Amino acid sequence: MLAKKYRPWLRLLIHIICVAPALWISYQIWLWLNFETHVLTANPIEHITDFTGKWTVRFLLITLSVTPLVKLTKWRLLVYRRLLGLYAFLYGLMHFLNYMVLDYFFDWELIIEDVLERKAITFGMLALVGLLILAATSFKFAVKKLGKKWQKLHRLIYPLTIFAVTHNYMMVKADVLIPTIHAIILAMLLSYRLYMYVQINKNSNKIRIA
Amino acid sequence: MLIKIKNSWDLKESDVTSEANFLSRRKFIQAAGIMGAGTAASIMVPSMTNAQIASKPGSNKYDGRDLADQQTSLDDIMSYNNFYEFGVDKGDPMAKAHTLITDPWSVTVEGHCENPGEYSVEDLVDHNALEERIYRMRCVEAWSMVIPWVGVSLSQVINKLKPTAKAKYIYFETLVDKKQMPGQVNRVIRWPYREGLRMDEAMNPLAIMAVGLYGRKLTKQNGAPLRMVVPWKYGFKGIKSIVKISFVEKQPVSSWMRLQSEEYGFYANVNPRVSHPRWSQSKERRIGEFTGIGGLSRQKTLMFNGYGEQVAHLYDGMNLRRNF
Ligand code: HEM
Repeated sequence: MLAKKYRPWLRLLIHIICVAPALWISYQIWLWLNFETHVLTANPIEHITDFTGKWTVRFLLITLSVTPLVKLTKWRLLVYRRLLGLYAFLYGLMHFLNYMVLDYFFDWELIIEDVLERKAITFGMLALVGLLILAATSFKFAVKKLGKKWQKLHRLIYPLTIFAVTHNYMMVKADVLIPTIHAIILAMLLSYRLYMYVQINKNSNKIRIA
Repeated sequence: MLIKIKNSWDLKESDVTSEANFLSRRKFIQAAGIMGAGTAASIMVPSMTNAQIASKPGSNKYDGRDLADQQTSLDDIMSYNNFYEFGVDKGDPMAKAHTLITDPWSVTVEGHCENPGEYSVEDLVDHNALEERIYRMRCVEAWSMVIPWVGVSLSQVINKLKPTAKAKYIYFETLVDKKQMPGQVNRVIRWPYREGLRMDEAMNPLAIMAVGLYGRKLTKQNGAPLRMVVPWKYGFKGIKSIVKISFVEKQPVSSWMRLQSEEYGFYANVNPRVSHPRWSQSKERRIGEFTGIGGLSRQKTLMFNGYGEQVAHLYDGMNLRRNF
């Protein structure tokens, strides 16, 4: 249980943790541009793509972990789920902007070809569009406006995370260890939902029978 | 036209490369000292005049600039490598390759040839015939470098070994030794790393056996003591730290073909029109050139990496889309 007076501090702490990777990579970029060292490897743009991509997946998985964690610990963390999801979107956006601006420099012909013709990138784009929809409807106004539909819409998080991890798996060249770990964590998080869903249905059936 | 420069070993080091490269080389010497790699300068290649460089095979101008002016810095060449024997990260080879013992080194030659046996590097590569070749290197991952290799034509090596008429392909293997190559604990690839060429490809004067770069012995992360360089093909064809050469009748299965045959073919010729399933091959990022004006965008990849004049005839009548 968390006393109410600590909540703003917890919120601040979460913000700090979530912003830290972005600050870190910004600092590294600054080092690279000013001192021309090898902090970002010989191919900084690829490094930034990998870095932001990884953090997007991590934030998605962390977001999906909130509900099971709340059930397990009874901590009141549910209010932070939306925040974590928004950060996942922000990192995904950085990942895409890095690709669009630094990597391909608005080469729309190539970008469109990538998104339409290469399945791995298609999955990434689907995940990002999904995140964009969720981010755009995550504010109080949208929650009110959408009412019951809001919850249904926000179940998009499940398929889009599957797309994201699929994209991750397909984009690495040979060493699939990390995307495999991501996939296992995702499978566990989804199994938990399935288990809960089956349980609830069973119970409600029982009630109906009784 | 091939130009061979013989035995003028008395040139100053600073003549060989531009000052920036010279500086980064000094850093390299320091690094080598720290790593205990002991790669002191034992090979020196004379510098060449621009006229000579321009007439070297495949060094046609690119972006209106001479290749010699585009050389990738030694720092980048040494710190950004795909050499999974030392780990899958590009920085792993630099960090871990010091465990490789390159001296003594022995290469087993077998198969359809008149002179099979065990060879030292010096037996295979005549150090009096060393040349500098400045080549573009195009990685299948859509980045590229310009590297001043030191070596001899692969054909020279092959002529020594005297393949018989039965030899249709040449096949190579990299060392397998988990102690020396810690990345081999991870079986991302079924070791040893394998590569091969059709005999006529191997005999093309552009294909070289390299023993050095930037006028010095090869660094371990770049494939010491002996590696292949086939500049019209994707970089992974350039097998490193070679311990076996075999002359065979059937087309060998290379490591990347075996891993993902729908993504990596036997020929692996640089071809901007045949994209990789996950990215386009039509453009490439030249390592070290991101920050300049216009450097943000990628540059166009050339058919056969720009070496079509020298090698396109090898593939006359072949469907290069199918034989990728
Ligand atoms: C929100 C959804 C997305 C997530 C979670 C995501 C995540 C990732 C991850 C984890 C990687 C692998 C990094 C590594 O090698 O370790 C990656 C690579 C990559 N992603 Fe995404 N991505 C997303 C969307 C996109 C989109 C929309 C594009 C482009 C249209 C894109 C383009 C790329 C590219 C080009 C790479 C390969 C980088 C390289 O050269 O190694 N991604 N992504």
